[in-house]
Amino acid sequence: MTALSATRGVAARLPARRYLIALALAVWAAGWALLRGHDTFALGGAELTPLHGALNEAMDAVDDSRNSNPLFLYFINYIRLFIDQAVTAVQALISQPALGRPVPVLGWLGVTGLATAVALLYGNRKVALLTAAGFLSFGALGLWQESMDTLALTLTAVALSLAVGIPLGIWAGLSDRFNRLVTPVLDFMQTMPTFVYLAPLTLFFLIGPASATVATMIYAIPPAIRITAHGIRQVSSDTLEAGTSLGATPAQALRHVRLPMAKQTIIVGVNQTIMAALSMATIAALIDAPGLGQTVLKALQTLDVGTAFNAGLAIVIMAVVLDRVTSAASRRVEVQRRAGRLRTTRGRRLEVAGVLGVAGVLAYLSYTYVWAAEFPVAANAGPYVRRAADAASQWVQDSLVAYTDAVKNLLTNQFLNRLEALLTGTPWWLVTIVAVVLALLVGSVRAALVTAAGLLLLVLLGLWQDSMVTLASTIVATVLVMLLGVVAGVWIGRSDRADTVLRPVLDAGQTMPAFVYLVPILGLFGATRFTAIIAAVVFAAPVAIKLVAEGIRGVSPTTVEAATSAGASTWQLISKVQLPMARSAVTLAASQGLIYVLSMVVVGGLVGAGALGYDVVAGFSQHQLRGKGLAAGLAIVVLGIVLDRVMRAATQRADVAAHGGPHHK
Amino acid sequence: MTAPSVAERSAPDTDVPPILSVRELWKVFGPKAESVVGSSLSRKELKEQSGCVAAVRDVSFEVRRGEVFVVMGLSGSGKSTLVRCLTRLIEPTAGEILLDGEDVRKADERRLRELRRHRMAMVFQHFGLLPHRCVLDNVAFGLEIRGVAKQDRYARAREVVGLVGLNGFENSYPDQLSGGMQQRVGLARALAADPEVLLFDEPFSALDPLIRREMQNEVIRLHQEVGKTMIFITHDLSEALKLGDRILIMRDGEVVQVGTPDQVVGAPADDYVRDFVSDVPRSHVLTLRWVMRPPQPGEPLDGPELGPDVVIRDAVHAVLSAERPVRVTDGGQLLGVVTSAEILEVIAGKAEG
Repeated sequence: MTALSATRGVAARLPARRYLIALALAVWAAGWALLRGHDTFALGGAELTPLHGALNEAMDAVDDSRNSNPLFLYFINYIRLFIDQAVTAVQALISQPALGRPVPVLGWLGVTGLATAVALLYGNRKVALLTAAGFLSFGALGLWQESMDTLALTLTAVALSLAVGIPLGIWAGLSDRFNRLVTPVLDFMQTMPTFVYLAPLTLFFLIGPASATVATMIYAIPPAIRITAHGIRQVSSDTLEAGTSLGATPAQALRHVRLPMAKQTIIVGVNQTIMAALSMATIAALIDAPGLGQTVLKALQTLDVGTAFNAGLAIVIMAVVLDRVTSAASRRVEVQRRAGRLRTTRGRRLEVAGVLGVAGVLAYLSYTYVWAAEFPVAANAGPYVRRAADAASQWVQDSLVAYTDAVKNLLTNQFLNRLEALLTGTPWWLVTIVAVVLALLVGSVRAALVTAAGLLLLVLLGLWQDSMVTLASTIVATVLVMLLGVVAGVWIGRSDRADTVLRPVLDAGQTMPAFVYLVPILGLFGATRFTAIIAAVVFAAPVAIKLVAEGIRGVSPTTVEAATSAGASTWQLISKVQLPMARSAVTLAASQGLIYVLSMVVVGGLVGAGALGYDVVAGFSQHQLRGKGLAAGLAIVVLGIVLDRVMRAATQRADVAAHGGPHHK
Repeated sequence: MTAPSVAERSAPDTDVPPILSVRELWKVFGPKAESVVGSSLSRKELKEQSGCVAAVRDVSFEVRRGEVFVVMGLSGSGKSTLVRCLTRLIEPTAGEILLDGEDVRKADERRLRELRRHRMAMVFQHFGLLPHRCVLDNVAFGLEIRGVAKQDRYARAREVVGLVGLNGFENSYPDQLSGGMQQRVGLARALAADPEVLLFDEPFSALDPLIRREMQNEVIRLHQEVGKTMIFITHDLSEALKLGDRILIMRDGEVVQVGTPDQVVGAPADDYVRDFVSDVPRSHVLTLRWVMRPPQPGEPLDGPELGPDVVIRDAVHAVLSAERPVRVTDGGQLLGVVTSAEILEVIAGKAEG
């Protein structure tokens, strides 16, 4: 009751909230006109603040202590060595010269044979064919070794992630206390923009495979833990009770009841882990991880669309193959069970022996003969693909340039430039005051406090202006994501046909590693801020669309029916019933969309976005900019927290206003 | 009519020590549950004052060897909690549970497991089968976890599968079976361990009426064949009357009445039970003992003879076709007489008084 009357009290005291908001914006505009260029903390690309210098020195100190500090000597260095050796071992097996030979242990024929055998034994014939075709295409694109490096890194990271993640997931599934403990950690791991932890990681694990693997693991472990725990938890309590009543020990209940019943879900977790790992393994090219990511990265830096497309294609093929094989494996668990596999173990044994025998022969051939070890040069179609992609990109650019330029100019001049000018041109204190007042008006006191602290932190980090530039792009990208999210989400949520057509596209968008988007967008829009924004939108939109669609689908059919029978038009149905009732889903879509947009800020830095993204990227490559890069990473996290909190507070307030008070009070 | 005392009726096996005896059992959910034990507040008052819910309060009863003992009550009466307390699937708050004289509550983890593996087995409302195992493996599950060798447990499982009429379905999976057949698997799983006591937690409430009747008959048949002690939870009065040798009626966690079906119907302990049994066709449950009267002077005493435990419905024909009052005798001793007047009174439903 008190909360209710307090809310009403505020509402009563501030009846003209919207006028106050307008007033705040007007003050801001006036301030911009009068004080433009004052106190804006402009900082050149190579300029450093004392803080950045101090961070540099601190990082140097960590570097220097690598062989003296006991934490390094007895812990981190061992982990690094272990991971390095694991990756090197897998590389020796499939990608890098090994055992004093100029080729790896297994050549293309052996690897393709083994991969196909695995797909056949755990999946089905269809995915086995797909696997064979996919692996052959890596060679045909002229990227056999790069592909195998990426695969080696991915598989090592996946193996380690599962070795850590599945036991932890089982623990979290069994223990409520551990689950409560681990959930916020996982939330943090998953919401932190991926690039932010790359730089600090290299500090501990050096540039190279170890850092890349650890970075990949940070990204890939959360789904393994979460989905395993979910699988263990969803086991029906009836069945568990039946087990207990028969006198099963907790260990027996786990082995005979929980794990078998969670098996299919756990395999879905493996699938998610593999997809996350592949996505991150390519991005880890930024810290010198070997493989396809390197090829894309170099091509992006030289604006070589053809080469980037060629390597991007190989990444997509690998993603599709890995995804289909693991999905088929998870379905197989179900099919096998229904087919009554118990009685056919002998047939299965023969099949396994036969398939492994053939794969073994292929592996032996590829170990022994050069023709089976090195992919034939004559079959290299890479140059054709590159040239074709170049030509296509050129043609598209030439013929679409009028439209793309029109879109680009409209958005850039009308929205982006104005917003950026307002944010960067006004004195920092005025921006801060206006932002805090706005956070208070649309959100809550707490949101205002977070805003104040966050913006002051940006000033302290010495990256005020870069942060404001990035903020402008982020806001524009998030608004675009939400426009797309609501329109497409409502459409998919209301139409089954739209759902069947668009869902695979969205799934593909989510499973494809982020780098791949950049290539065609770069081809269309050139290296500008706008390219980065579009890439972020493409990356973030699928999540937002899916969440909105789910919310729309979740609206009770009875309510929809009631509204229809009351004579509501389609538009009224959407705007008065479905969207309001799906509001929490829309909010979630907005905050998730924002996080995805922010995680693309650094990728944007690669294609001309400048500002914080560029600072982070420059920090990877230039030693004296490391401190600034670290600060920029922190600034991205701060921006994310501030935006997220304000958005949540605003929705909460809207909820309170809509329901006339907190629920059930 | 007169209500005979318990001692007057079915005395034969009272001398045998009970297989299960429950004394002053309490289960309280909530903070500081122990402090609530012994409280006489109503459920609502208790919830308001202590935040606790007493699901089972001060329940005592005894189950005789070989008996079908039914616990009946509406949802929320605490019957499912009570049956789970017996094997400590839910840990009781206070009281004693003696299985053949051994206090189940004092058993340590290992002993409790032994007890669950060998002496008491349960059949669940929602079956609780393992979807990834075929029928045979589901039935053998209890034996598997107590370490019986594969061959032995399959042999035993096949035997039990036959007993519950699932021959030919050994290799099917639970989701390929109908609800009734799934519950047969659940029943077989419980029987496989050859326990002394079978616990049924509303086993047939999830089934449709025809299948339910079929399964009830199945339980009666099994009880005759294997002669296990059964504790049967239900919310369905007709099921309770059909299966139960004795019925315990629960309300708000407390025992309202314990008695044979005819005692419950003929002499309800309070208005709650009376209301409950008001729709039961009395002639189907009550026996001649409940309607006989002392012979009046001058009445001819050479009519046909019937026992006191004959259900009225079964005596209708004999009584109505007899020209003289039917004598109710027990071991040659005359207990009373019954004429068509008494029988028609019960059938017409004008039995009170």
